[in-house]
Amino acid sequence: MIFTIVVHSAPYQSGSAATALRFTRAALDAGHRIHRVFFYREGVHNASALASPPRDERSLPAEWQAVAQEYDLDLVVCIAAAVRRGVLNQEEARRYEKPAANLAEGFELSGLGQLVEASIQSDRVVTFGGGR
Amino acid sequence: MTLHLLGASPSDRATFESCRSTLTEQDTLLLLEEGCYWALPHHRQELSRIPARVVALGPDCLARGIATEGLKTVDDAEFVVLATEHARTVSWY
Repeated sequence: MIFTIVVHSAPYQSGSAATALRFTRAALDAGHRIHRVFFYREGVHNASALASPPRDERSLPAEWQAVAQEYDLDLVVCIAAAVRRGVLNQEEARRYEKPAANLAEGFELSGLGQLVEASIQSDRVVTFGGGR
Repeated sequence: MTLHLLGASPSDRATFESCRSTLTEQDTLLLLEEGCYWALPHHRQELSRIPARVVALGPDCLARGIATEGLKTVDDAEFVVLATEHARTVSWY
């Protein structure tokens, strides 16, 4: 079956960013395909290359990168949600005249249309929320 | 036939009520993350009045020290199976 995963939570906002990662791995282990993982709202912080948790703690950005590399996953970050929260790729950093870019390797910025397309292409869309 | 994911804790009653108002007998309600606190003893009676089947995500209950006797639990692999068995999932956070 084809899944799309939507992540609304930042790594330390709630447990659901980690649940999304667990679900993604479990689905892949069961032989399902992940069409796309879409990071929206506070979920864009999963794509920050500057997150520097202590060495004895997990790093969700690094874990998303690892699973994406292993399974060639499409990790898409909503561009409008990302730039307003300071998650920028090189192009957006230039556009907004910022001193640095911090979008982690393996993630890409794109529009909400990518979520619509993923919803059409997938058998199931599973959303992991951000809490309040 | 919908799989509902309830991630909101009992302190967020409005989300629970919105979720409950949509549940049917064909649905399954999966308690996960902070939603696992609905499995605490003093909320069980309320859960028993829900028309849908209620299950909880085992690892999330374990992480919170919540006893799950009398409640069906699923692991991550079974969570994926539930998602495939239902026509859609709806998330309540």
